[in-house]
Amino acid sequence: MASDNPEFEQLVNRGYAHGFVTDIDSDTIPPGLNEDVIRMISAKKKEPEFLLNWRLRAYEHWLTMKEPNWAHLHHTPIDYQAISYFSAPKSRDDAPKSLDEVDPKLLETYEKLGIPLHERARLAGVAVDAVFDSVSVATTFKGKLAKAGVIFCSFSEAVQLHPELIERYLGKVVPYTDNYFATLNSAVFTDGSFVFIPKGVRCPLELSTYFRINAANTGQFERTLIVAEEGSHVSYLEGCTAPMRDENQLHAAVVELIAMDDAEIKYSTVQNWYPGDEEGRGGIYNFVTKRGDCAGRNSKISWTQVETGSAITWKYPSCILRGDNSVGEFYSVAVTNNMQQADTGTKMVHIGKNTSSTIVSKGISAGRAQSSYRGLVQVMAGAEGARNHTQCDSLLMGDKCGAHTFPYIEVKNPSARVEHEATTSKIGEDQLFYCRQRGISEEDAVNMIVNGFCKEVFKELPMEFAVEAQNLLCVSLEGAVG
Amino acid sequence: MLKIDNLHARVEGREILKGLSLTIGEGEVHAIMGPNGSGKSTLVQVLAGRDDYQVTSGSVTFLGKNLLDLAPEERAHEGLFLAFQYPVEIPGVNNTYLLKAALNSMRKHRGESDLDAVEFLALIRDKMKLMEMDASFLNRGVNEGFSGGEKKRNEILQMAVLEPRLALLDETDSGLDIDALKVVANGVNSLRSADRSIVMVTHYQRLLDYIEPDFVHVLSAGRIIRSGDKSLALELERRGYDWVLKEALEESQA
Repeated sequence: MASDNPEFEQLVNRGYAHGFVTDIDSDTIPPGLNEDVIRMISAKKKEPEFLLNWRLRAYEHWLTMKEPNWAHLHHTPIDYQAISYFSAPKSRDDAPKSLDEVDPKLLETYEKLGIPLHERARLAGVAVDAVFDSVSVATTFKGKLAKAGVIFCSFSEAVQLHPELIERYLGKVVPYTDNYFATLNSAVFTDGSFVFIPKGVRCPLELSTYFRINAANTGQFERTLIVAEEGSHVSYLEGCTAPMRDENQLHAAVVELIAMDDAEIKYSTVQNWYPGDEEGRGGIYNFVTKRGDCAGRNSKISWTQVETGSAITWKYPSCILRGDNSVGEFYSVAVTNNMQQADTGTKMVHIGKNTSSTIVSKGISAGRAQSSYRGLVQVMAGAEGARNHTQCDSLLMGDKCGAHTFPYIEVKNPSARVEHEATTSKIGEDQLFYCRQRGISEEDAVNMIVNGFCKEVFKELPMEFAVEAQNLLCVSLEGAVG
Repeated sequence: MLKIDNLHARVEGREILKGLSLTIGEGEVHAIMGPNGSGKSTLVQVLAGRDDYQVTSGSVTFLGKNLLDLAPEERAHEGLFLAFQYPVEIPGVNNTYLLKAALNSMRKHRGESDLDAVEFLALIRDKMKLMEMDASFLNRGVNEGFSGGEKKRNEILQMAVLEPRLALLDETDSGLDIDALKVVANGVNSLRSADRSIVMVTHYQRLLDYIEPDFVHVLSAGRIIRSGDKSLALELERRGYDWVLKEALEESQA
C-alpha cells in the first residue's frame, strides 16, 4: 500500500518531479532540415558511406510523404523546420572513459531522476547505456557482457565497431519507407542502442537504457536495434523521463527487434515523458515505431509497456510472426490524465504455421483525456493453426474523459482462432466507499483500484520496473478523483 | 458510545430518515428490525458517511465527536466499522493487501508503527481460523468470485482484524445457510467485549438466536417506533410487524 511508504506523500505532492533542466552547453545544429543537415549529422558521427546513403534515401522518400492523420489524436501542426536535429553534450569530444570522467552535472541529473547509475548498475546487476540527449555518455558492465559475447553499446559505437552488423540488419524490420515518422527517423537519427546476442547465449544481465530529452527544441530520434541469434535470450528495459519545457517536443523513435530460431526477446518500457500542464500546454509528442520480427522457428517476442507520459502517444509495438510456432505478446498499460491523448495498440501479423499471439491492453483515462486502443490481428493464408487472444479493458475516472477501441481483425486462413474481449468500466463509487470505510484515503484507494486493474500487465515487468510503474501511476493520476 | 438525535436524511431527494433517535452504550448489542423500506440500511450508510446520503438535520455524536463532520475514512479511524450488505468486488486487489493497508492506516492514526508482512500474516492466520476460512483466500482478489457466504465471512474477518469500537452489521445474515450463519455468529460473538458495541440490522429473528442482543428496536418510516429487549424480536417473529405499526399509529394520534 502506498501509504505505507513515507515517500508517498512527497511523491504525490511534487507534481512532475522530473521537470528540471540541466544546465550544460549543448553542441547543437541550428534548426531546420535539409540534405546538408543530414550530411552534417553523418559527418559528425564519422559514419560509413552506406549509412549516409541510407539516410539520404530515407530523406528523399520522406519528402514525398504526408503526415498520417488516421489516429484519434488532435494537435497543432508540427513545424519540422523549427526542430534542431542534432544536439550533443559538449564534453563529448573528449568522451569519458569511465563514470569518473562523466560530467558531474550529468550524474547529478541521473541522481535526481532516481537513477544513481553506478549504484543502480552494481546493486541491480543492470548494465546501463545511458542516452543523454542524443549521444551516449556512459556504458557499464561491458566486461561481463563481452565475456558472454554480448554486444551492448550505443548505436554510434556499433556503427564504428560493427558496421557489418548494422549494414546487415538496419531497416530490415522497419524499412526506411515504412511510415512518415519512421522515415524521418531513418534520415536524422542520432543515437540509440545496439544489442547483439550470439547463438545460444542467455544474456547474463537485464539490459537497460534511460532516455532523456534535454535541450529545448531538439527532436529526439533514437534508433534501437536488437538482434537475438539462434537459441539466445535477452530482456531489455527502457525507461524515460523529460524535463519540463513549455514547447512541444517531437520524439520519433524506431525500435527493431529480430529473433532467430528458438530466440526470445523481452522488451519492457516505462514511459514518463512530460505530459504537458493541466491545459495541455507543452508536453512531448511521442510518435514511435516499434516492431519485432519473429524470423525463426519457435521464436518469441514480448512487448510490455507502461505509458503514463507524453501529451500525445502514437505507438503500436508489433510482431511479425514469420517463423513457425513463433509467439508474439503485447502487454500494455496506458494512462492518460488532463489533456493527454494516447492512440496505442499493437499489430500481430501471423505468417508462419501454429503461430500464437496474446494482447492485453489496459487503458486508463482521467480528466479530459482521450485514450484509444488500436490493434490489428492479421492471419495470412499460410498461417495454419494461428491463434490470438485479445483482451482490451478501459477504466474511466470522471465523466469528461473518453476511451475508444478500434480492433481490426483480418483472417485469411480458416483454421485460425481469434478471440477478442473488451470491457469498459468506471471506478465505482461503491469500491471507493468500501476502501474508505476500511480507513483507506480516497487517493490511496484510487491507486489501489487502478493498480489492481493493471496487475496482469505489471506482473510481466521485471520487479524493479513494476515498483516504478506503480509509483508512476500514483503520480500520473494525482487529483483525478475528488 | 453513540448518540443519534432527531436525525433526518435524504437519498436522491427523498426523505428516508425522519427524526430518528437512538443511544448506544459501551459494550451493548442492539438489533434494528423493521419492514422493507423503513430506513434500516440508510441509517448505517449515513453513519458510515456515504456521499449520496444527505443529512438535513439532527446530530450524531460518536465517542464525544461530531460524527457527521468526519470523512468516511476518519470515521473508520475513530473505530466505526460497517459490515456491508453487498460487499463489492475489487478485481486484481489482493485481500491481504487491502486488509493490511486498512489495518496500517488505523495504526498510523493511533500513532503506532506499521505491522510488517510477517507480523500481519501471523495475525490474519489466527483470525482466519476463527472464521474457518481457507488459506487460498489470502491470494484472491477482494471479494472476487466469492460466494455470498464467503463475502459475509470476509466482512467479519475484516472486523476481527480491525477491532472497531462500534460495528454496524448490515443484514450480515442474509444469503447465509445455517452452517455459514453459525460461523459468522461465532465470529461476532467472539468479538463482543465491554468496550465494543454492535448494531445489527436484520429482517429475521433467526440471527438473534445466535447473537443475542441487549436491545431490539423496530424502525418504521424513518423512525424508531418501539424498543425492547430480545423478547420483542420473538414477538415480532410470532405476530409480524402490523401490530407494532398499529400501536405506534394509535400512540401518535392519542
